[in-house]
Amino acid sequence: MTITEKILAAHAGLDEVEPGQFIKAKVDVALGNDITAPLAIEQFRKIGAQKVFDPERVILVPDHYTPNKDIRSAELAKTVREFAKEQGLKYYFEVGRMGIEHALLPEEGLVVPGDVVIGADSHTCTYGALGAFATGVGSTDLAAAMITGEIWFKVPESMKLIYYGEMGRWVTAKDLILYTIGDIGVDGALYRAMEFTGETIRRLSMDGRLTICNMAIEAGAKSGIIEPDEVTIRYVEGRAKRPYKLYRSDPDARYVEVREYDVSKIEPQVAFPFKPENTKPISEVGEIPIDQVVIGSCTNGRLEDLRLAAKVLRGRKVHPYVRLIVIPATQRIYLEALREGLIEVFIEAGGVVSTPTCGPCLGGHMGVLAAGERAVSTTNRNFRGRMGHPESEVYLANPAIAAASAVLGRIGSPDELGVSPDD
Amino acid sequence: MKMRGKAWKFGDDVNTDEIIPARYLNTTDPEELAKHCMEDSEKPDFASKVRPGDLIVAGKNFGCGSSREHAPISIKAAGVSCVIAKSFARIFFRNAINIGLPILECPEAAEGIEEGDEVEVDLEKGEIRNLTKGEVYKARPFPDFMMGIIRAGGLMNYIAQTLKGEGR
Ligand code: SF4
Repeated sequence: MTITEKILAAHAGLDEVEPGQFIKAKVDVALGNDITAPLAIEQFRKIGAQKVFDPERVILVPDHYTPNKDIRSAELAKTVREFAKEQGLKYYFEVGRMGIEHALLPEEGLVVPGDVVIGADSHTCTYGALGAFATGVGSTDLAAAMITGEIWFKVPESMKLIYYGEMGRWVTAKDLILYTIGDIGVDGALYRAMEFTGETIRRLSMDGRLTICNMAIEAGAKSGIIEPDEVTIRYVEGRAKRPYKLYRSDPDARYVEVREYDVSKIEPQVAFPFKPENTKPISEVGEIPIDQVVIGSCTNGRLEDLRLAAKVLRGRKVHPYVRLIVIPATQRIYLEALREGLIEVFIEAGGVVSTPTCGPCLGGHMGVLAAGERAVSTTNRNFRGRMGHPESEVYLANPAIAAASAVLGRIGSPDELGVSPDD
Repeated sequence: MKMRGKAWKFGDDVNTDEIIPARYLNTTDPEELAKHCMEDSEKPDFASKVRPGDLIVAGKNFGCGSSREHAPISIKAAGVSCVIAKSFARIFFRNAINIGLPILECPEAAEGIEEGDEVEVDLEKGEIRNLTKGEVYKARPFPDFMMGIIRAGGLMNYIAQTLKGEGR
């Protein structure tokens, strides 16, 4: 069996499962945010449910429109807050202590290897980086799981993606996943579990692994997963709030498809509007002037990302016609970046630094685009209208490319600024 | 369950941001969401033109992107009786079943039906009739497991029934 099949079997109380099989699995964590939880809470009340199945395993994070952007979103956040109080939820994260959910939960040790996690947010697949099965669902699924602690699944087929070789200049985990989506398309992994493996993945930090699994959904996948190893154990030791279990795929596990990538041939990637699959290597991007740069989100708002952006921006100035918006993904990352002097670098360069929020990533607030404007963003989606007006455009890239583009005023590489990765 | 209406055609990879843009997610009211259904898609005036009973017929990977249940809710509240597509993104698929929006996966129908065709759907039989062209397409039937949820009228009713059974 694959790691995914083993985790699902264990949570369904079965010895074995097969792709295509319908199972009822116990969930270790059920997650909701300020957009999706209110709908789930409505459903919860409508059928007269009284109590969540476990107040330590239902986790609510207001992060999309918080700090509240308008009266309506304030009402939504209030619904979530009052529910959390009423149910005595142990893990409800208020503004000032919160972060973008998918950065926050791993950091807090609330998701551990071997877990089954469902979240009413499509990027719940991020936690696969820890060796957990994690998948996004809708609000009704969340409501059902909050009540019963269980959910139905169809066991997905697994697809193996093997990465080998050394990563080139300014190439990051983000580029590996963008390249992969460019290769297989936005439905290239539809209904499947993407298992990321190979020596290059083994060498990636946890921050990089989280970035890769975060975007599995952008290829249509049900989940992304990386087998746990020393990097995983080092990350969860000292933070895990629960005991964890390490699963690995059997040597004879079955995969519907296996793909190999020599990463030494991959350049930094840029995904053009309006699909994450429209990728081009940075050398083929051409002259594209920009109006805004966003560095943050559950994809690339972690410390490693901020360090990389700061490396490029240190001692430089943001182009006069560009707005640079930097959003650390959690309060802890924010504080750490402050202590390391990264925040100073961003402000001195002429950028703004925001409190953790999803904000511009979904065109919510804190950096919405006008008609005809273009942004380079380290986020995960560049759908039409994603960051604002339907006639605005989003180009997805890694933090180094985004930072360099902010200085250049057009999409470009740090090499054009004479920055070296070893600085 | 039988549905009948006019077909509205959409292309491949229609995403949830096109179906219901995030700027409208500060409400959960179905009527409000319905007003903006498909606003950022290739048919921005869809919500004002669609008539009760009409169908959406789309290409592959319909509903990709976010997990927002607001997307199928806005489609249902806009009066759409059924969505037919070559394939669906998986979270959208779950959500549609869970809230009771009938959907069918059928590449032949997605190819054969043209904008404005009069279409009739028999959900139990998985049969799609194109009354304009006089063609019939067979859709993949739902697995038993899901039919159970559909029969109960959506996931919450299903859960409510089991809760009652357990006396909780
Ligand atoms: S940062 Fe963007 S992609 Fe991530 S959870 Fe927030 S809105 Fe979704």
